[in-house]
Amino acid sequence: MMRELYQEVILDHNKSPRNRREMEHPTDHADGHNPLCGDQITVFLDIQNGLIHDVSFIGQGCAISTASASMMTEAVKGKTTQEAQAIFDQFRRMATTDDTVHFEDDLERLQSFEGVRELPVRIKCATLPWHTLHAALIGKNEASTE
Amino acid sequence: MIAETTGLNLAAIRAEFPALNQHINGHPLAYLDNAATTQKPCAVIQAIVDYYSAHNSNVHRGVHQLSQRATDQFEDARSKVATLIGADSVIFTKGSTEAINLVAHSWGLENLREGDRILLTQMEHHANIVPWQRVAAQTGAEIVPIPLNSLGEVDLDAYQNLLDERVKLVGVVHVSNSLGTVNPVPEMARLAHEVGAKVMVDGAQAPVHMAVDVKTLDADFYSLAGHKMYGPTGIGALYVKHEILQTMPPYQLGGGMIRTVTFEKSTYQGAPEKFEPGTPNIEGAIALGAAVDYLLSKAPGTDRTILEASAPHEKTLTEATHQLLSEIEGVTIHGNSPTKAGIVSFTMANAHPHDIGTILDANGVAIRAGHHCCQPLMTALRVPATARVSFAIYNTLDEVEQLVRAVKQVKEIFG
Repeated sequence: MMRELYQEVILDHNKSPRNRREMEHPTDHADGHNPLCGDQITVFLDIQNGLIHDVSFIGQGCAISTASASMMTEAVKGKTTQEAQAIFDQFRRMATTDDTVHFEDDLERLQSFEGVRELPVRIKCATLPWHTLHAALIGKNEASTE
Repeated sequence: MIAETTGLNLAAIRAEFPALNQHINGHPLAYLDNAATTQKPCAVIQAIVDYYSAHNSNVHRGVHQLSQRATDQFEDARSKVATLIGADSVIFTKGSTEAINLVAHSWGLENLREGDRILLTQMEHHANIVPWQRVAAQTGAEIVPIPLNSLGEVDLDAYQNLLDERVKLVGVVHVSNSLGTVNPVPEMARLAHEVGAKVMVDGAQAPVHMAVDVKTLDADFYSLAGHKMYGPTGIGALYVKHEILQTMPPYQLGGGMIRTVTFEKSTYQGAPEKFEPGTPNIEGAIALGAAVDYLLSKAPGTDRTILEASAPHEKTLTEATHQLLSEIEGVTIHGNSPTKAGIVSFTMANAHPHDIGTILDANGVAIRAGHHCCQPLMTALRVPATARVSFAIYNTLDEVEQLVRAVKQVKEIFG
């Protein structure tokens, strides 16, 4: 069960998070906070003509939240804001409902978070980066899991 | 296998706690989250059932028999709790947090002024920080932290240097919920009293680990939490030194605490009723009384009480945990006071405490992972959170080994 949650891809992104850096001139950004565990994340976006030209994050958290943030940046980079919103909806559905959700092609890795729905107390770890991205996309500066 | 050394009949003790007897994720439950809340013995659970089955009534109100019985049991429980900590009486609260809020808002607002100082140790729980922040903001008083040494103890030299006539209150946790440190309250109180300061002792964690005597401690205020000493949630108590109690205004107001009421003016009863408006947590108080009886009952296999047997038993478990965890590469234990109580906080080099907690849970081991409501302490330790193991009388060395096996699995996964 633990190997299903802590798959190699999650451990790898936790150990070497992609796009974990501050962005100097983001067009949009938001702070995410999980008051339960104290996890904090900031997501930066550089949006040009409706396209996510660049995305990055800073913050400290558990392996699930760090790997989720890292894979999220890879998933939405180069996508339109509408596409990013759709991926957010799909990810949230996978993590929080019993729906069958399939990520394909360049998004396939996101499937590795499917196991968190079995662990209610850890779902927010996986979804916090995505809620924060969503907040940045809709022009809100703060996201909370509460 | 480490030998049991305490002579306790742990099987008989564990049989008194029905919640311990279950499997989690295919493993026997190892409940090592006692600093969050302890499990409850049958006697405490039965006290709640008995009260609602046979005596349920409001206290201090009716002339009928049930009310008299409920009142007698409620007041009897008050005496038991007071006697346990060497006090003449206590005020019932909903917990340690409410007890500290009562002191902050009643005594604090009345006595603190601009320029006054409130010293709080760096290891305080948020419950002994945040109420004082509000009072400080309202009165102009200032909060100053008391630093810790590398063992996770109060730096007594630094404390002495901070003490002067500006200090009006010292807040100190008796047993740290994060580090296990047992603070030298008598010494700290003596020094505080020399400059005229009062001492608020947060006793939430203490009475389950050791005998507490508020007179020996010379505490001006002492709070406790029922659910951390085998009692139910929603009930706690506050001790206040008699001469201070006489000067304190009520904290909340309403029925049950008054002598006379007109629309122009009301007069209040004396303590403790003055501080207990509204219908109290009657069954909680009575069940807390039952928890005190349990603490003072004979520990199976010994001629000591459960309370007397607790410290040596927890010391055995704590020392084994320190030894076995420190053999695992990358584990850091936070809080190494030689006189610490049965609480072990640790971090691992490559695994976040929440990931540790999840993997331990998969192995049936219940611990706390997080900041333990001690964010300033986490900042001082330079960690975002810790994993915390905390013991009670019913824990065993087998459970320590189950914990250590699970921590080794964390190490296998995260390296």
